[in-house]
Amino acid sequence: MREINVKDLIPIVKKLCIEANYYIGEDIISKIKEFKEKEESPTAKNVLDILLENYELAEKEQMPICQDTGVAVYFVELGQDVHIVGGDFTEAINEGVRQGYKDGYLRKSMVDDPIIDRINTKDNTPAIIYTDIVPGDEIKITIAPKGGGSENMSEVKMMKAADGIEGVIDFVVDRINRSGGNPCPPIVVGVGLGGNFEQSALLAKKSLLRSLTEKNPDPKWAKVEDEILEKVNNLGIGPQGLGGRTTALGVFILSKPCHIASMPVAVNVQCHAARHKSVVI
Amino acid sequence: MEVHLTTPLKTEDLEKLKIGDQVYITGTVYTGRDAAHKRLVELLKKGEKLPFDPKGQIIYYVGPAPAPPGKPIGSAGPTTSYRMDPYAPALLDVGMKAMIGKGPRDQSVIDSMIKNKAVYLAAVGGAAVVVAKSIKESKVIAYEDLGPEAIREMRVENFPCIVANDVYGNDIYKAGVEKYKR
Repeated sequence: MREINVKDLIPIVKKLCIEANYYIGEDIISKIKEFKEKEESPTAKNVLDILLENYELAEKEQMPICQDTGVAVYFVELGQDVHIVGGDFTEAINEGVRQGYKDGYLRKSMVDDPIIDRINTKDNTPAIIYTDIVPGDEIKITIAPKGGGSENMSEVKMMKAADGIEGVIDFVVDRINRSGGNPCPPIVVGVGLGGNFEQSALLAKKSLLRSLTEKNPDPKWAKVEDEILEKVNNLGIGPQGLGGRTTALGVFILSKPCHIASMPVAVNVQCHAARHKSVVI
Repeated sequence: MEVHLTTPLKTEDLEKLKIGDQVYITGTVYTGRDAAHKRLVELLKKGEKLPFDPKGQIIYYVGPAPAPPGKPIGSAGPTTSYRMDPYAPALLDVGMKAMIGKGPRDQSVIDSMIKNKAVYLAAVGGAAVVVAKSIKESKVIAYEDLGPEAIREMRVENFPCIVANDVYGNDIYKAGVEKYKR
Protein backbone atom coordinates (compact mmCIF):
# COMPACT_ATOMS: atom_id res chain seq x y z
CA MET A 1 0.00 0.00 0.00
CA ARG A 2 1.44 3.37 -1.07
CA GLU A 3 0.38 6.45 0.88
CA ILE A 4 -0.30 9.70 -0.95
CA ASN A 5 -1.08 12.85 1.02
CA VAL A 6 -3.83 15.03 -0.44
CA LYS A 7 -1.76 18.12 0.36
CA ASP A 8 0.75 17.00 -2.27
CA LEU A 9 -2.02 16.86 -4.87
CA ILE A 10 -3.04 20.52 -4.56
CA PRO A 11 -0.03 22.10 -6.36
CA ILE A 12 -0.18 19.39 -9.03
CA VAL A 13 -3.85 20.11 -9.74
CA LYS A 14 -3.15 23.85 -9.73
CA LYS A 15 -0.36 23.48 -12.29
CA LEU A 16 -2.55 21.30 -14.53
CA CYS A 17 -5.30 23.98 -14.63
CA ILE A 18 -2.87 26.66 -15.71
CA GLU A 19 -0.86 24.64 -18.23
CA ALA A 20 -3.94 23.13 -19.89
CA ASN A 21 -5.35 26.63 -20.43
CA TYR A 22 -2.13 28.29 -21.67
CA TYR A 23 -0.71 25.62 -23.99
CA ILE A 24 -2.57 23.92 -26.86
CA GLY A 25 -1.61 20.38 -27.92
CA GLU A 26 0.77 19.92 -30.85
CA ASP A 27 -1.85 17.65 -32.45
CA ILE A 28 -4.29 20.58 -32.81
CA ILE A 29 -1.63 22.81 -34.35
CA SER A 30 -0.52 20.22 -36.89
CA LYS A 31 -4.12 19.32 -37.85
CA ILE A 32 -5.09 22.97 -38.35
CA LYS A 33 -2.03 23.45 -40.58
CA GLU A 34 -2.94 20.32 -42.54
CA PHE A 35 -6.54 21.47 -43.09
CA LYS A 36 -5.44 25.00 -43.96
CA GLU A 37 -3.53 23.61 -46.96
CA LYS A 38 -6.76 22.04 -48.30
CA GLU A 39 -9.08 24.92 -47.35
CA GLU A 40 -10.83 26.62 -50.32
CA SER A 41 -12.31 29.68 -48.60
CA PRO A 42 -9.97 32.69 -48.17
CA THR A 43 -11.97 33.82 -45.09
CA ALA A 44 -11.58 30.35 -43.57
CA LYS A 45 -7.83 30.33 -44.25
CA ASN A 46 -7.57 33.71 -42.56
CA VAL A 47 -9.49 32.47 -39.49
CA LEU A 48 -7.24 29.40 -39.22
CA ASP A 49 -4.18 31.67 -39.38
CA ILE A 50 -5.61 33.81 -36.56
CA LEU A 51 -6.14 30.68 -34.44
CA LEU A 52 -2.53 29.58 -35.00
CA GLU A 53 -1.31 33.08 -34.12
CA ASN A 54 -3.47 33.00 -30.98
CA TYR A 55 -2.02 29.69 -29.72
CA GLU A 56 1.47 31.16 -30.13
CA LEU A 57 0.55 34.41 -28.40
CA ALA A 58 -1.13 32.62 -25.48
CA GLU A 59 2.08 30.71 -24.79
CA LYS A 60 4.29 33.78 -25.21
CA GLU A 61 2.13 36.12 -23.12
CA GLN A 62 1.27 33.40 -20.58
CA MET A 63 -2.45 33.96 -21.02
CA PRO A 64 -5.31 31.51 -21.52
CA ILE A 65 -5.93 30.52 -25.17
CA CYS A 66 -9.62 31.30 -24.69
CA GLN A 67 -11.29 33.53 -22.09
CA ASP A 68 -13.65 30.62 -21.42
CA THR A 69 -11.32 28.57 -19.26
CA GLY A 70 -14.17 26.22 -18.69
CA VAL A 71 -15.59 23.89 -16.12
CA ALA A 72 -12.63 22.08 -14.54
CA VAL A 73 -13.34 18.48 -15.53
CA TYR A 74 -11.03 15.90 -13.97
CA PHE A 75 -10.60 12.25 -14.84
CA VAL A 76 -8.83 10.37 -12.07
CA GLU A 77 -7.45 6.84 -12.40
CA LEU A 78 -6.86 5.78 -8.84
CA GLY A 79 -4.57 2.80 -8.29
CA GLN A 80 -6.20 0.33 -5.90
CA ASP A 81 -2.94 0.03 -3.93
CA VAL A 82 -2.94 3.75 -3.10
CA HIS A 83 -4.05 4.92 0.32
CA ILE A 84 -5.06 8.59 0.29
CA VAL A 85 -4.26 10.31 3.59
CA GLY A 86 -4.21 13.79 5.09
CA GLY A 87 -7.71 14.97 4.21
CA ASP A 88 -10.55 14.99 1.73
CA PHE A 89 -9.54 14.00 -1.82
CA THR A 90 -12.36 15.94 -3.53
CA GLU A 91 -11.65 19.05 -1.48
CA ALA A 92 -7.96 18.82 -2.42
CA ILE A 93 -8.85 18.85 -6.12
CA ASN A 94 -11.18 21.81 -5.56
CA GLU A 95 -8.44 23.65 -3.66
CA GLY A 96 -6.06 23.07 -6.60
CA VAL A 97 -8.70 24.48 -8.95
CA ARG A 98 -9.28 27.46 -6.65
CA GLN A 99 -5.55 28.29 -6.59
CA GLY A 100 -4.96 27.57 -10.28
CA TYR A 101 -7.83 29.71 -11.51
CA LYS A 102 -6.81 32.57 -9.18
CA ASP A 103 -3.05 32.59 -9.72
CA GLY A 104 -3.30 31.73 -13.43
CA TYR A 105 -5.71 34.65 -14.08
CA LEU A 106 -8.24 32.19 -15.47
CA ARG A 107 -11.93 33.08 -15.71
CA LYS A 108 -14.30 31.89 -13.02
CA SER A 109 -17.27 30.50 -14.91
CA MET A 110 -19.30 28.51 -12.37
CA VAL A 111 -22.65 29.62 -10.93
CA ASP A 112 -24.02 28.11 -7.74
CA ASP A 113 -27.33 26.88 -9.11
CA PRO A 114 -28.35 26.43 -12.72
CA ILE A 115 -31.53 28.51 -12.92
CA ILE A 116 -32.91 30.22 -9.79
CA ASP A 117 -30.07 32.42 -8.47
CA ARG A 118 -27.09 31.70 -10.77
CA ILE A 119 -24.62 33.38 -8.41
CA ASN A 120 -20.98 33.08 -9.50
CA THR A 121 -19.00 30.95 -7.03
CA LYS A 122 -16.01 33.28 -7.76
CA ASP A 123 -13.36 30.53 -7.65
CA ASN A 124 -14.48 28.21 -10.48
CA THR A 125 -15.34 25.41 -8.06
CA PRO A 126 -16.78 22.89 -7.84
CA ALA A 127 -14.75 20.82 -10.28
CA ILE A 128 -16.45 17.86 -11.95
CA ILE A 129 -14.49 14.74 -11.01
CA TYR A 130 -14.78 11.22 -12.43
CA THR A 131 -12.84 8.49 -10.67
CA ASP A 132 -11.97 5.01 -11.94
CA ILE A 133 -10.34 2.43 -9.68
CA VAL A 134 -7.51 0.72 -11.59
CA PRO A 135 -4.76 -1.79 -10.70
CA GLY A 136 -1.46 -0.42 -9.39
CA ASP A 137 -0.13 2.11 -6.89
CA GLU A 138 -0.24 5.30 -8.97
CA ILE A 139 -2.76 8.09 -9.53
CA LYS A 140 -3.25 9.49 -13.02
CA ILE A 141 -4.98 12.87 -13.08
CA THR A 142 -6.21 14.39 -16.33
CA ILE A 143 -7.77 17.83 -16.61
CA ALA A 144 -9.97 18.67 -19.57
CA PRO A 145 -11.28 22.22 -19.07
CA LYS A 146 -14.46 22.50 -21.13
CA GLY A 147 -15.97 25.73 -22.42
CA GLY A 148 -19.71 26.37 -22.49
CA GLY A 149 -20.10 27.24 -26.18
CA SER A 150 -19.25 23.81 -27.50
CA GLU A 151 -20.71 21.89 -24.54
CA ASN A 152 -24.10 23.53 -25.27
CA MET A 153 -24.16 21.90 -28.72
CA SER A 154 -23.93 18.37 -27.26
CA GLU A 155 -26.78 15.85 -27.10
CA VAL A 156 -27.75 12.33 -26.04
CA LYS A 157 -30.28 10.35 -28.07
CA MET A 158 -31.76 6.97 -27.21
CA MET A 159 -31.90 5.37 -30.66
CA LYS A 160 -33.17 1.97 -31.84
CA ALA A 161 -31.03 -0.92 -33.07
CA ALA A 162 -33.20 -0.75 -36.22
CA ASP A 163 -31.76 2.72 -36.94
CA GLY A 164 -28.50 0.96 -37.83
CA ILE A 165 -25.05 2.52 -38.17
CA GLU A 166 -26.48 4.78 -40.92
CA GLY A 167 -28.98 6.19 -38.41
CA VAL A 168 -26.18 6.84 -35.93
CA ILE A 169 -24.04 8.60 -38.55
CA ASP A 170 -27.03 10.71 -39.67
CA PHE A 171 -27.76 11.75 -36.09
CA VAL A 172 -24.15 12.80 -35.43
CA VAL A 173 -23.88 14.73 -38.71
CA ASP A 174 -27.27 16.40 -38.11
CA ARG A 175 -26.22 17.41 -34.59
CA ILE A 176 -23.16 19.17 -36.04
CA ASN A 177 -25.22 20.73 -38.82
CA ARG A 178 -27.65 22.19 -36.26
CA SER A 179 -24.68 23.51 -34.25
CA GLY A 180 -23.42 25.64 -37.16
CA GLY A 181 -20.91 28.28 -36.09
CA ASN A 182 -21.92 28.19 -32.41
CA PRO A 183 -19.35 25.75 -30.97
CA CYS A 184 -16.30 27.57 -32.43
CA PRO A 185 -15.42 25.31 -35.36
CA PRO A 186 -13.11 23.76 -36.37
CA ILE A 187 -14.37 21.30 -33.78
CA VAL A 188 -13.51 17.84 -32.56
CA VAL A 189 -16.51 15.50 -32.41
CA GLY A 190 -16.69 13.07 -29.50
CA VAL A 191 -19.15 10.20 -29.94
CA GLY A 192 -20.19 7.77 -27.20
CA LEU A 193 -22.00 4.65 -28.39
CA GLY A 194 -23.72 2.11 -26.15
CA GLY A 195 -23.63 1.68 -22.41
CA ASN A 196 -26.74 3.37 -21.07
CA PHE A 197 -28.08 6.94 -20.95
CA GLU A 198 -25.38 8.45 -18.75
CA GLN A 199 -22.52 6.18 -19.79
CA SER A 200 -22.90 7.15 -23.44
CA ALA A 201 -22.38 10.81 -22.50
CA LEU A 202 -19.33 9.99 -20.42
CA LEU A 203 -17.89 7.90 -23.27
CA ALA A 204 -18.36 10.83 -25.64
CA LYS A 205 -16.52 13.13 -23.25
CA LYS A 206 -13.72 10.62 -22.59
CA SER A 207 -13.24 10.03 -26.31
CA LEU A 208 -12.08 13.66 -26.58
CA LEU A 209 -8.95 12.86 -24.57
CA ARG A 210 -7.45 11.03 -27.56
CA SER A 211 -4.79 12.79 -29.63
CA LEU A 212 -5.72 13.82 -33.19
CA THR A 213 -2.62 12.02 -34.40
CA GLU A 214 -3.89 8.65 -33.07
CA LYS A 215 -6.21 6.51 -35.14
CA ASN A 216 -8.97 4.48 -33.47
CA PRO A 217 -7.31 1.12 -32.64
CA ASP A 218 -10.40 -0.75 -33.90
CA PRO A 219 -10.54 -0.56 -37.73
CA LYS A 220 -14.34 -0.98 -37.60
CA TRP A 221 -14.72 2.28 -35.68
CA ALA A 222 -11.86 4.02 -37.51
CA LYS A 223 -13.85 3.58 -40.73
CA VAL A 224 -17.01 5.09 -39.17
CA GLU A 225 -14.95 8.01 -37.80
CA ASP A 226 -13.57 8.73 -41.28
CA GLU A 227 -17.05 8.60 -42.81
CA ILE A 228 -18.51 11.00 -40.22
CA LEU A 229 -15.55 13.38 -40.64
CA GLU A 230 -16.02 13.53 -44.39
CA LYS A 231 -19.78 14.15 -44.08
CA VAL A 232 -19.28 16.83 -41.41
CA ASN A 233 -16.72 18.66 -43.53
CA ASN A 234 -19.09 18.49 -46.51
CA LEU A 235 -21.63 20.54 -44.51
CA GLY A 236 -19.67 23.67 -45.51
CA ILE A 237 -19.94 25.27 -42.05
CA GLY A 238 -16.22 26.03 -41.95
CA PRO A 239 -14.13 27.81 -39.30
CA GLN A 240 -16.39 29.92 -37.05
CA GLY A 241 -19.37 28.99 -39.26
CA LEU A 242 -18.40 31.57 -41.88
CA GLY A 243 -18.31 28.92 -44.61
CA GLY A 244 -15.47 26.63 -45.64
CA ARG A 245 -14.21 23.06 -45.87
CA THR A 246 -12.77 22.85 -42.34
CA THR A 247 -15.63 22.19 -39.91
CA ALA A 248 -14.12 19.34 -37.88
CA LEU A 249 -10.50 18.30 -37.32
CA GLY A 250 -11.40 14.82 -36.13
CA VAL A 251 -14.09 12.42 -34.93
CA PHE A 252 -13.51 10.11 -31.97
CA ILE A 253 -15.72 7.15 -31.09
CA LEU A 254 -15.76 5.20 -27.84
CA SER A 255 -18.18 2.30 -27.49
CA LYS A 256 -19.39 -0.09 -24.76
CA PRO A 257 -21.79 -3.04 -24.62
CA CYS A 258 -25.45 -2.13 -24.08
CA HIS A 259 -28.89 -3.59 -23.25
CA ILE A 260 -30.73 -5.67 -25.90
CA ALA A 261 -33.44 -2.98 -26.08
CA SER A 262 -31.16 0.05 -26.23
CA MET A 263 -28.89 2.00 -28.56
CA PRO A 264 -27.72 5.17 -26.75
CA VAL A 265 -25.74 7.70 -28.79
CA ALA A 266 -24.08 10.77 -27.32
CA VAL A 267 -22.35 13.59 -29.16
CA ASN A 268 -20.00 15.81 -27.17
CA VAL A 269 -18.85 18.74 -29.25
CA GLN A 270 -15.38 20.17 -28.54
CA CYS A 271 -14.19 23.55 -29.83
CA HIS A 272 -10.80 23.95 -31.54
CA ALA A 273 -9.28 24.84 -28.14
CA ALA A 274 -9.32 21.14 -27.22
CA ARG A 275 -7.43 21.36 -23.96
CA HIS A 276 -6.36 18.39 -21.87
CA LYS A 277 -3.33 17.55 -19.80
CA SER A 278 -2.37 14.55 -17.66
CA VAL A 279 0.05 13.74 -14.91
CA VAL A 280 0.93 10.43 -13.24
CA ILE A 281 1.75 10.51 -9.53
CA MET B 1 -13.19 45.06 -48.26
CA GLU B 2 -11.28 46.43 -45.28
CA VAL B 3 -13.08 49.14 -43.28
CA HIS B 4 -11.99 51.19 -40.28
CA LEU B 5 -14.82 52.37 -38.03
CA THR B 6 -14.77 54.72 -35.06
CA THR B 7 -17.42 54.98 -32.35
CA PRO B 8 -20.08 56.27 -31.93
CA LEU B 9 -21.21 54.61 -35.16
CA LYS B 10 -23.06 56.52 -37.83
CA THR B 11 -25.85 54.99 -39.89
CA GLU B 12 -24.24 56.10 -43.16
CA ASP B 13 -21.04 54.20 -42.27
CA LEU B 14 -23.02 51.05 -41.53
CA GLU B 15 -24.98 51.29 -44.78
CA LYS B 16 -21.68 50.85 -46.67
CA LEU B 17 -20.88 47.52 -44.97
CA LYS B 18 -21.43 44.18 -46.69
CA ILE B 19 -21.21 40.71 -45.17
CA GLY B 20 -17.65 39.37 -45.26
CA ASP B 21 -16.04 42.81 -44.93
CA GLN B 22 -13.11 42.92 -42.51
CA VAL B 23 -13.77 45.67 -39.98
CA TYR B 24 -11.38 47.31 -37.47
CA ILE B 25 -13.04 49.26 -34.67
CA THR B 26 -11.45 52.09 -32.74
CA GLY B 27 -13.20 53.80 -29.84
CA THR B 28 -15.45 52.47 -27.10
CA VAL B 29 -17.23 49.14 -26.81
CA TYR B 30 -19.47 48.06 -23.93
CA THR B 31 -19.44 44.46 -22.80
CA GLY B 32 -22.42 42.40 -21.76
CA ARG B 33 -23.52 38.80 -21.86
CA ASP B 34 -26.38 36.68 -20.52
CA ALA B 35 -26.86 38.01 -16.98
CA ALA B 36 -26.16 41.67 -17.85
CA HIS B 37 -28.58 41.55 -20.79
CA LYS B 38 -31.31 40.25 -18.52
CA ARG B 39 -30.82 43.23 -16.21
CA LEU B 40 -30.58 45.77 -19.05
CA VAL B 41 -33.83 44.61 -20.60
CA GLU B 42 -35.55 44.63 -17.17
CA LEU B 43 -34.49 48.30 -16.82
CA LEU B 44 -35.94 49.11 -20.24
CA LYS B 45 -39.21 47.37 -19.36
CA LYS B 46 -39.49 49.52 -16.23
CA GLY B 47 -38.74 52.63 -18.30
CA GLU B 48 -35.48 53.27 -16.43
CA LYS B 49 -32.15 54.52 -17.79
CA LEU B 50 -29.39 52.10 -18.81
CA PRO B 51 -25.96 52.34 -17.10
CA PHE B 52 -24.60 53.83 -20.37
CA ASP B 53 -26.10 55.76 -23.29
CA PRO B 54 -26.69 53.13 -26.00
CA LYS B 55 -27.01 55.59 -28.92
CA GLY B 56 -24.61 54.67 -31.71
CA GLN B 57 -22.77 52.25 -29.45
CA ILE B 58 -21.44 48.72 -29.77
CA ILE B 59 -22.10 45.87 -27.36
CA TYR B 60 -19.50 43.12 -27.23
CA TYR B 61 -20.63 39.71 -25.96
CA VAL B 62 -17.68 38.77 -23.78
CA GLY B 63 -16.82 37.64 -20.29
CA PRO B 64 -13.09 38.34 -20.14
CA ALA B 65 -10.50 36.49 -18.11
CA PRO B 66 -8.97 38.60 -15.29
CA ALA B 67 -6.18 41.00 -16.23
CA PRO B 68 -2.69 39.65 -15.47
CA PRO B 69 -0.30 42.19 -13.86
CA GLY B 70 0.61 44.98 -16.27
CA LYS B 71 -2.16 44.25 -18.78
CA PRO B 72 -5.47 46.12 -19.17
CA ILE B 73 -7.45 42.89 -19.58
CA GLY B 74 -7.04 39.12 -19.79
CA SER B 75 -8.03 36.92 -22.72
CA ALA B 76 -11.22 38.36 -24.17
CA GLY B 77 -12.70 36.52 -27.14
CA PRO B 78 -16.40 36.54 -28.06
CA THR B 79 -19.05 34.30 -26.53
CA THR B 80 -21.85 32.60 -28.51
CA SER B 81 -24.43 35.19 -29.50
CA TYR B 82 -27.70 33.24 -29.82
CA ARG B 83 -28.12 33.34 -26.03
CA MET B 84 -28.55 37.12 -26.32
CA ASP B 85 -31.14 36.84 -29.13
CA PRO B 86 -34.15 37.21 -26.78
CA TYR B 87 -32.74 40.55 -25.54
CA ALA B 88 -31.00 42.06 -28.59
CA PRO B 89 -33.99 43.68 -30.39
CA ALA B 90 -34.90 45.74 -27.27
CA LEU B 91 -31.36 47.19 -27.18
CA LEU B 92 -31.33 47.93 -30.91
CA ASP B 93 -34.66 49.73 -30.47
CA VAL B 94 -33.03 52.20 -28.06
CA GLY B 95 -30.19 53.06 -30.45
CA MET B 96 -27.47 50.40 -30.10
CA LYS B 97 -25.87 50.15 -33.54
CA ALA B 98 -23.73 47.01 -33.47
CA MET B 99 -23.22 43.74 -31.68
CA ILE B 100 -19.98 41.74 -31.62
CA GLY B 101 -20.10 38.02 -30.91
CA LYS B 102 -19.82 34.67 -32.61
CA GLY B 103 -22.29 32.32 -34.26
CA PRO B 104 -25.55 32.88 -36.14
CA ARG B 105 -28.49 35.05 -34.98
CA ASP B 106 -32.21 34.40 -34.91
CA GLN B 107 -34.40 35.86 -37.67
CA SER B 108 -36.03 38.17 -35.08
CA VAL B 109 -32.64 39.79 -34.46
CA ILE B 110 -31.89 40.03 -38.19
CA ASP B 111 -35.28 41.73 -38.75
CA SER B 112 -34.51 44.15 -35.93
CA MET B 113 -31.12 44.96 -37.52
CA ILE B 114 -32.88 45.81 -40.81
CA LYS B 115 -35.46 47.96 -38.98
CA ASN B 116 -32.88 49.80 -36.85
CA LYS B 117 -30.07 49.88 -39.44
CA ALA B 118 -27.72 47.99 -37.17
CA VAL B 119 -25.08 45.32 -37.84
CA TYR B 120 -23.74 42.16 -36.26
CA LEU B 121 -19.99 41.63 -36.34
CA ALA B 122 -18.22 38.30 -35.78
CA ALA B 123 -14.99 38.15 -33.83
CA VAL B 124 -12.95 34.93 -33.95
CA GLY B 125 -14.03 32.64 -31.11
CA GLY B 126 -11.11 31.21 -29.21
CA ALA B 127 -8.72 33.86 -30.54
CA ALA B 128 -8.94 35.51 -27.15
CA VAL B 129 -5.36 36.72 -26.83
CA VAL B 130 -5.35 38.21 -30.35
CA VAL B 131 -8.55 40.13 -29.49
CA ALA B 132 -7.21 41.22 -26.08
CA LYS B 133 -4.26 42.93 -27.78
CA SER B 134 -6.67 45.47 -29.33
CA ILE B 135 -8.20 46.34 -25.94
CA LYS B 136 -6.24 49.22 -24.43
CA GLU B 137 -8.32 50.04 -21.33
CA SER B 138 -11.15 48.34 -19.49
CA LYS B 139 -13.22 49.33 -16.49
CA VAL B 140 -16.32 47.87 -14.87
CA ILE B 141 -19.19 50.38 -15.07
CA ALA B 142 -22.10 48.25 -13.80
CA TYR B 143 -23.04 44.97 -12.12
CA GLU B 144 -19.68 44.20 -10.51
CA ASP B 145 -21.40 41.38 -8.58
CA LEU B 146 -21.65 39.43 -11.85
CA GLY B 147 -17.87 38.89 -11.97
CA PRO B 148 -16.89 38.08 -15.58
CA GLU B 149 -20.43 39.01 -16.65
CA ALA B 150 -20.22 42.61 -15.38
CA ILE B 151 -20.63 45.47 -17.88
CA ARG B 152 -17.28 46.93 -18.87
CA GLU B 153 -16.41 50.00 -20.89
CA MET B 154 -13.45 49.17 -23.10
CA ARG B 155 -11.26 51.44 -25.17
CA VAL B 156 -10.23 49.54 -28.28
CA GLU B 157 -7.86 50.20 -31.15
CA ASN B 158 -8.31 48.31 -34.41
CA PHE B 159 -10.47 45.62 -32.84
CA PRO B 160 -10.71 42.98 -35.63
CA CYS B 161 -14.05 41.52 -36.74
CA ILE B 162 -15.99 40.43 -39.82
CA VAL B 163 -19.42 41.70 -40.91
CA ALA B 164 -21.79 38.76 -40.32
CA ASN B 165 -25.15 40.53 -40.78
CA ASP B 166 -25.40 43.85 -42.64
CA VAL B 167 -28.24 46.39 -42.50
CA TYR B 168 -29.83 44.76 -45.57
CA GLY B 169 -30.60 41.41 -43.92
CA ASN B 170 -27.74 39.45 -45.50
CA ASP B 171 -26.33 36.63 -43.36
CA ILE B 172 -22.79 35.28 -43.77
CA TYR B 173 -23.70 32.13 -41.84
CA LYS B 174 -26.18 31.18 -44.58
CA ALA B 175 -24.25 32.54 -47.58
CA GLY B 176 -20.89 31.04 -46.49
CA VAL B 177 -22.28 27.58 -45.87
CA GLU B 178 -24.19 27.55 -49.19
CA LYS B 179 -20.95 28.28 -51.04
CA TYR B 180 -18.87 25.49 -49.51
CA LYS B 181 -21.30 22.62 -48.83
CA ARG B 182 -21.19 19.54 -51.05
